[in-house]
Amino acid sequence: MAQDGIGVAMKRKEDLRFLTGKGTYVDDINRPGQAWAAFVRSPHAHARIQAVRTEAARKAPGVVAILTGADLAADKVGILPAGWLIHSKDGSPMVEPGHPALVADKVRHVGDQVAVVIAETRDQAREAAGLVEVEYEELAAAVTVTQAVAPGAPLVHEQAKANTCYDWHLGDQAATDAAFARAAKVVTLDLVNNRLVPNAMEPRSAIGEFDRATGDLTLWTTSQNPHLIRLLLAAFTLGVPEHKLRVVAPDVGGGFGSKIFHYAEDFTVLWAARKLGRPVKWTNTRTEAFQSDAHGRDHVTHVELALDKDGKFLGLRERTLANMGAYLSQFAPSVPTYLHATLLAGCYTTPAIYSEVRAVFTNTVPVDAYRGAGRPEASYLLERIVDVAARELGIDRVEIRRRNFIQPSQFPYQTPVALQYDSGDYGATLDEALKRSDWAGFEKRRAEAKARGKLRGIGLSTYVEACGIAPSAVVGALGGRVGLWESAHVRVHPTGTVTLFTGTHSHGQSHETTFAQLIAEKLGIPFDNVEVVHGDTAKSAFAMGTYGSRSLAVGGSAIVQAVDKIVAKGRKIAAHLLEAGEGDVEFRDGKFTVKGTDRAKTFGEVALTAYIPHNYPAGLEPGLEEGAVYDPKNFTFPAGCHVCEVEVDPDTGTVQVVGFTAVDDVGIVINPMVVEGQVHGGVAQGIGQALLEEALYDDKSGQLLSGSFLGYNLPRAADLPSFRVGTHATACTHNPLGVKGVGEVGAIGSPPAIINAVCDAIGVRHLDMPATPERVWRALRAAKKA
Amino acid sequence: MPAISLKLNGRSVTAEVEARTLLVELLRERLGLTGTHVGCDTSQCGACTVHVDGRSVKSCTMLALEADGHEVTTIEGLAAADGTLSPVQAAFREHHGLQCGFCTPGMVMSATELVRRNPGASEHQIREWLEGNLCRCTGYHNIVKAVQAAAQAGRG
Ligand code: FES
Ligand code: FES
Repeated sequence: MAQDGIGVAMKRKEDLRFLTGKGTYVDDINRPGQAWAAFVRSPHAHARIQAVRTEAARKAPGVVAILTGADLAADKVGILPAGWLIHSKDGSPMVEPGHPALVADKVRHVGDQVAVVIAETRDQAREAAGLVEVEYEELAAAVTVTQAVAPGAPLVHEQAKANTCYDWHLGDQAATDAAFARAAKVVTLDLVNNRLVPNAMEPRSAIGEFDRATGDLTLWTTSQNPHLIRLLLAAFTLGVPEHKLRVVAPDVGGGFGSKIFHYAEDFTVLWAARKLGRPVKWTNTRTEAFQSDAHGRDHVTHVELALDKDGKFLGLRERTLANMGAYLSQFAPSVPTYLHATLLAGCYTTPAIYSEVRAVFTNTVPVDAYRGAGRPEASYLLERIVDVAARELGIDRVEIRRRNFIQPSQFPYQTPVALQYDSGDYGATLDEALKRSDWAGFEKRRAEAKARGKLRGIGLSTYVEACGIAPSAVVGALGGRVGLWESAHVRVHPTGTVTLFTGTHSHGQSHETTFAQLIAEKLGIPFDNVEVVHGDTAKSAFAMGTYGSRSLAVGGSAIVQAVDKIVAKGRKIAAHLLEAGEGDVEFRDGKFTVKGTDRAKTFGEVALTAYIPHNYPAGLEPGLEEGAVYDPKNFTFPAGCHVCEVEVDPDTGTVQVVGFTAVDDVGIVINPMVVEGQVHGGVAQGIGQALLEEALYDDKSGQLLSGSFLGYNLPRAADLPSFRVGTHATACTHNPLGVKGVGEVGAIGSPPAIINAVCDAIGVRHLDMPATPERVWRALRAAKKA
Repeated sequence: MPAISLKLNGRSVTAEVEARTLLVELLRERLGLTGTHVGCDTSQCGACTVHVDGRSVKSCTMLALEADGHEVTTIEGLAAADGTLSPVQAAFREHHGLQCGFCTPGMVMSATELVRRNPGASEHQIREWLEGNLCRCTGYHNIVKAVQAAAQAGRG
């Protein structure tokens, strides 16, 4: 193992600039002559626009222009598309209302964009936006999914009957019904997967620029996937040719899914810049972010598990109402379907599974992928009902899981819900987590806590998830409108240093470090000799970007392919220099050596020869630069076990997480420090979901009640414990690195472990997230009465 | 417009500011010190934390006028002139106390004051002290470790 290669906890290349205030986030950029944009947003959840009066605002100091939905319609631009087509059970395509960047007819959620004001300064734009008078005719709103599907509910989009976007299913219904018919025991559960606001710490921001002389357009934006944004702008929203459009996503302050999507504001600043012939900048306020960043989760689910008398799972049935919000955000249709129901086998051999998901429009902010996207919803319902089943059958919680695990010898394992798992060892991660959390010694700690007047509980989850999205052909067959391969270009410079151009984007994931380690290892060159470039469509080749824990599994695999090509060409050059047959030259530790001799050329010598080809193989092109794309063969399947220990104060209902252990199988690890950090962050978001966070709407007015950091409880340092984190690797069998992905495991595995612990502590069957003090206290009181 | 003078990262600075200009706006927009970040509009996130006379202050809640005659240090002023990181900065790097880096300047400024005032602070005290600084990436685990390491070394 190289000192700075795969498996080493290298310190990060990114850190120096971030620690000294030298990062460059979009809001840090200012363009000469730039104007500022501010949006006029709907204060109503559902209302018809009668008139938009801009006279007063136009007279305000500094105002340059005001654009409305009517201007958008006149230009025939700005309809944000959905990126995934789902078909209903009956074969009909989902209802797909376009999402106009500025609406002209009716507003459909609080925060919907009605107009944009462009002014000389940010404050002038914001002030003038307050002067735009919009006359609304208020309409009754459908706020929750339950309201939206009730007979006679107000329609968010006229064409979506009963507010239904699609009514989809997966699995073998007849086989599942048969399994239930012969079950010794059926357990049912109704649960809610609470709606969350991603809240990356950096608010979204964008600058559009138009060069009149060349016709070139540039967009700086807070994006996880600048190429995807360029494609959508070119092909759908702005209709400009891609070669005249550059999208730059510089340092980005966290994404967690929320910065995947093509948002109205991105389009609008670019459109306005082209109209006005000057740069237009916009930065979200946090308050607006709550009303305009895509939210996550929001499922209402009924789930049933059929078991035999020994606790073997025979069948699983799920019925879910999934909230899409007011419009379809790009990935939204895929989240509760192919990213969710396909994971319902979990770690278990359940032979029959049937899932029905109805996606519903409501008068709320659009809902889309948020860390885990569909898979946390699957692990939560599964790991909850398994606990309930254990309780009702009187089987130990660990034992019931073990009895149903897919065994290591069963891989590749075909689940009844489309996926084929390639590898895993669920027993091993379970054992390790039980050991590290001292599961066996828990009752002593419970008794000790009881003596202090505290209710202590412990819970676990054993989960599997699907990452590394995804084989393009599979995605296409399931309705995806893109390919999900990834690109890498490795440019070796004449002196043997390397620049990597990757299509993935790092916004906290540490790619600049881990990808450099990967190349250092493969080429045998120092880590410091590798630079990673990402986030600029003018620099890296088209690719799909970062989400679904795909950057290493898919993007890293593309890097390996490109490096392999470099080595192959280098071998030709070295063989020529060494006057040996190509087949006799091997590449190891940064040297091309004639097998069985000490005759060798270093990587640097070969690189130099490629650029100064005075003595060079006939017919070989000079230069040393190779590109590759990697289209994955399958998803990857990280899995693991999370154990949570909580203490509940019976007087106040306050839940404190006093211990958290995560043992995850994320495949081969490039940088253990980075992997642990990713797990910490994911678990923190899982604890946030389970105990603290909820995007709560007033179900009459459709106002977002938890619409700022005052009402929405983002986890703070004192809310969280230190974590015990470990890994146990089984290698992915179908990518060249054996890696699986780590970005989302923390958020997928943790929420059920936490709620299982809370239920254990207070002795109730189920409690919905977030387990706030009030909810816990009420549950305790109800239990006492009963 | 009133003029103010302050000592900023060790240098004397004079500027004309509007009465309503916030300190963070002066720093970011007028003086180009974009290391200080804005993460919210309700004084909740701490991304904008700077030192005023050595104490952490949320620069989004302070008027630029109020900084008149005071000493202000931002994240850009923390490392030594030769680029050597301060002990807290170095500890954040050593312990992977940052991911996307957006909360980092505020975290580091806040932690720097803690380490100076309470060297040897316990994990509990560190977590309580960081109450006003939100991080969405790290789960705080490594931030706490970094601050602990810097505190145990007894150096800010
Ligand atoms: S910007 Fe959030 S507290 Fe100052
Ligand atoms: S490192 Fe991203 S918010 Fe803290």
